[in-house]
Amino acid sequence: MKWETVIGLEIHAQLATRTKIFSGAPTAYGAEPNTQACPVDLGMPGVLPVLNREVVRMAIKFGLAVGARIAPRSVFARKNYFYPDLPKGYQISQYDLPIVEGGHLDIELEDGASKRIGITRAHLEEDAGKSLHEDFHGMTGVDLNRAGTPLMEIVSEPDLRSPAEAAAYMKKLHALVRYLEICDGNMQEGSFRCDANVSVRPTGQEAFGTRAELKNLNSFRFVERALEYEVERQIDLLESGGEVVQETRLYDVDQGVTRSMRTKEEANDYRYFPEPDLLPVEVDTALVEEVRETLPELPDEKRRRFEQEDGLPAYDAGVLTATREMADYFEHAVSESGGFAKRTANLLMSELLAYLNKDGLEIGASPVTPEMLGTLVVRVEDETLSSRGAKDVFEAMWAGEGGPDEIIEKKGLKQVTDTSAIEALVDEAIANNPKQLEQYRAGKEKLFGFFVGQVMKASGGKANPQQVNELLKQKLDGS
Amino acid sequence: MHQKTVAEVSAALHAGEISSRELTDALLHRIEQFDPGLNSLITVTAEQARAAADAADARLRSGEAGPLTGVPLIHKDIFCTDGVATTCGSRMLESFQAPYDATVVRRLADAGAVMLGKANMDEFAMGSSNETSYFGPVRNPWDLDAVPGGSSGGSAAAVAARLAPAATGTDTGGSIRQPAALSGICGLKPTYGRVSRYGMVAFASSLDQAGPFARTAEDLALLLGGMAGLDERDSTSVDHVVPDYSESLNRSIKGLRIGVPREFFGEGLDADVRSRVEGALQVLEGEGAELVEVQLPNMELALPAYYVIAPAEASSNLARYDGVRFGHRCAQPQDLEDLYKRSRAEGFGDEVQRRILVGTYALSAGYYDAYYRKAQQVRRLVSEDFRQALEQVDVLAGPTSPTPAFGLGERADDPVQMYLSDIYTLGVNLAGLPGLSVPAGFSRGRPVGLQLIGGYFDEARLLNVGHKYQQVTDWHKQVPEGFE
Repeated sequence: MKWETVIGLEIHAQLATRTKIFSGAPTAYGAEPNTQACPVDLGMPGVLPVLNREVVRMAIKFGLAVGARIAPRSVFARKNYFYPDLPKGYQISQYDLPIVEGGHLDIELEDGASKRIGITRAHLEEDAGKSLHEDFHGMTGVDLNRAGTPLMEIVSEPDLRSPAEAAAYMKKLHALVRYLEICDGNMQEGSFRCDANVSVRPTGQEAFGTRAELKNLNSFRFVERALEYEVERQIDLLESGGEVVQETRLYDVDQGVTRSMRTKEEANDYRYFPEPDLLPVEVDTALVEEVRETLPELPDEKRRRFEQEDGLPAYDAGVLTATREMADYFEHAVSESGGFAKRTANLLMSELLAYLNKDGLEIGASPVTPEMLGTLVVRVEDETLSSRGAKDVFEAMWAGEGGPDEIIEKKGLKQVTDTSAIEALVDEAIANNPKQLEQYRAGKEKLFGFFVGQVMKASGGKANPQQVNELLKQKLDGS
Repeated sequence: MHQKTVAEVSAALHAGEISSRELTDALLHRIEQFDPGLNSLITVTAEQARAAADAADARLRSGEAGPLTGVPLIHKDIFCTDGVATTCGSRMLESFQAPYDATVVRRLADAGAVMLGKANMDEFAMGSSNETSYFGPVRNPWDLDAVPGGSSGGSAAAVAARLAPAATGTDTGGSIRQPAALSGICGLKPTYGRVSRYGMVAFASSLDQAGPFARTAEDLALLLGGMAGLDERDSTSVDHVVPDYSESLNRSIKGLRIGVPREFFGEGLDADVRSRVEGALQVLEGEGAELVEVQLPNMELALPAYYVIAPAEASSNLARYDGVRFGHRCAQPQDLEDLYKRSRAEGFGDEVQRRILVGTYALSAGYYDAYYRKAQQVRRLVSEDFRQALEQVDVLAGPTSPTPAFGLGERADDPVQMYLSDIYTLGVNLAGLPGLSVPAGFSRGRPVGLQLIGGYFDEARLLNVGHKYQQVTDWHKQVPEGFE
């Protein structure tokens, strides 16, 4: 039997506010335990939550970016359950009236086609603290620094049909929230977390199969691996006559397997009800429009512009807009170059990406700055450098030897474009190789390359290849 | 000196006839003398009170004093006080000290009021007799075998016994008005949102409202002025102008239309209470007010709706008392489950546990629609009844509680009988309206209260009517025997 995979993702993006969602305590990561929690975060008696208006703006920004409806009135609710790192015994979240509803995100499939993934909703909520099970001799430590950190939970439709699609969607969303500057996207610090609902069904069947929820898929790689494992597990189970049970499963990174965490029967009854300590969130058109003004150019728009206005190939445009940092770097370099987008793109894709990859660096950590790359482009465009020379200069810049002009100067890499100088070299090459000249003229045209090589060699690689070509052609064919 | 009202104390302080320190010392002495027999206070803050009184005296001398500067008062032990225990009448918080002041506490302190101590109360404000307190019941100064009402029973008894001219309380279903009535003093539950709830231990967030106790409506006007107003730390507090409540006290009530809801005079109303309240209505009529019969047809649904909504919110509000961060923690927990179960079983009394169970049930999957959602619909009906009635009249009037104070232990084992004590008050909380109780006579030596209910933010009118009534009656001037 053929099986179809059905996946929906729930992504928690930590919103990049300075202070918490319901208190004035700072959200900075990595402080000493329990130093960034005020009485509100600690759930002390009598304290009350006050909504940080910035999170509302961020949610609106996200909603607009995915073409969703912004609810004029959304409501916070209490999700009740006991856990030591949940100070109040309930989490303030949004339940039946979320702030963002019904959007979409287009992902690129491997075959180059684009697929639209529905976004059911995005709602605002507070994060819990952290339980620390190590170093406490059989007891559990609770760190409430994270308690009250603003989260936006983004729920997709079950539109994803493979682990690869799920990973592509997650990457796209990750890029988007960073473009929007509403989330730092730091997955190690838990700023961008993913849970997945996954089921399989016989191809052609309309009804969904029983799903499992996978928790804590904290990297793009794990999402794909965990889903691949889980899909295979479910198919094996079904094919051997078993049944999938609705349950929550945890991905074990070390073993590469998913394990049952709790079944549906063990699930909490969260007893949601509207949070009486907060008023409904009212968003008027004026606020929506005000936020719309702050929207940056979105990745898909940028990509279209790179293709249409700059004439970049679709693939390049995709790579260059994959992250906001990449796009910012590229655009900065293009502007430094005076607008030579295509050559900038070529150097970035061929040189910079290769070096970044080789050294395992993010673009933000590149020793070659956008200014340096832009200047390098100028030096190619103004024929100071050949493309061969550009590669050498790039390598030297990567090694920290300075900027393009400095390196060209130091290494004497300036291209020779003086026609008479090149002509002398051409004449010399012809004169020194009478045998090859004879063969060439007898029809062995392949020897043209031999002469080019001789001239370039004699120039120390600095002669302008185009001029060499033209002059050789004239001299060999003409006289 | 202890017989003086807030207004009289304030005048004497400003005239330099007495100092806040003298008054404070005298009242602290009186507390020492009388409170062992009443149990109205959980904590006496003598040292802080003397320091605050000295500071108030300095302020009075400097000429920068307001009407509450140097005035001693008692806070219900539900308001958090920085550095002083806040128990909420519960073993759970027996040793809890908040690192912050409730906004009510802060505002009154900033106005120069002097806190003498913290009043006994029903545990987590759940009760109508003050018998659910972990710190023991409070006795009614008018009859030491009777309850003072609840949940703010300690506050009411202390003011009735002249241990302080004023006190604060909270009212979720009648917890200010009912003890005011049963203890023969005045109590005001303001409009929901009029006074900040920040730092006030939550019982039922959508119903809780803080308010003042005193012996006169005139005093309540001064106190409310010191408590009311927008607080950025409470999203449900309302940005509505705080008028000078004292200014309108003497306004004539000629032509004032007073609605008398038929439903407040039905079955279950004690005959004496009925006749005292009718007497009070005649007095108001004598002052020129017009009595109009009105209807609140859904009033009988208020009690069942209240006893779904309040416990539902309470079950969630009290989840934070889990033995993890503060409050009672059981000895030697075996595991997390054991820690939760025993800490909560030991820390909470029976009535609190009963309401947590009821509330948890009402919010559970499969029951939410039948209970919580239905109760919210009833709440809207009740609010609508009040709205329509208040379209026809300026204020509503009736009994505060169906009976005078009942005997200690009399209803302790019968929760439903206990709940009926608030039958005329809790609808007002469901609607979020202001309500005032003023003394209107006695039944066999136990006080009876008249309840006045106004439109949203119409506290000034309620106080005006209450004050005019007290100008021509002297029930509030009666002193319980032994507390002269």
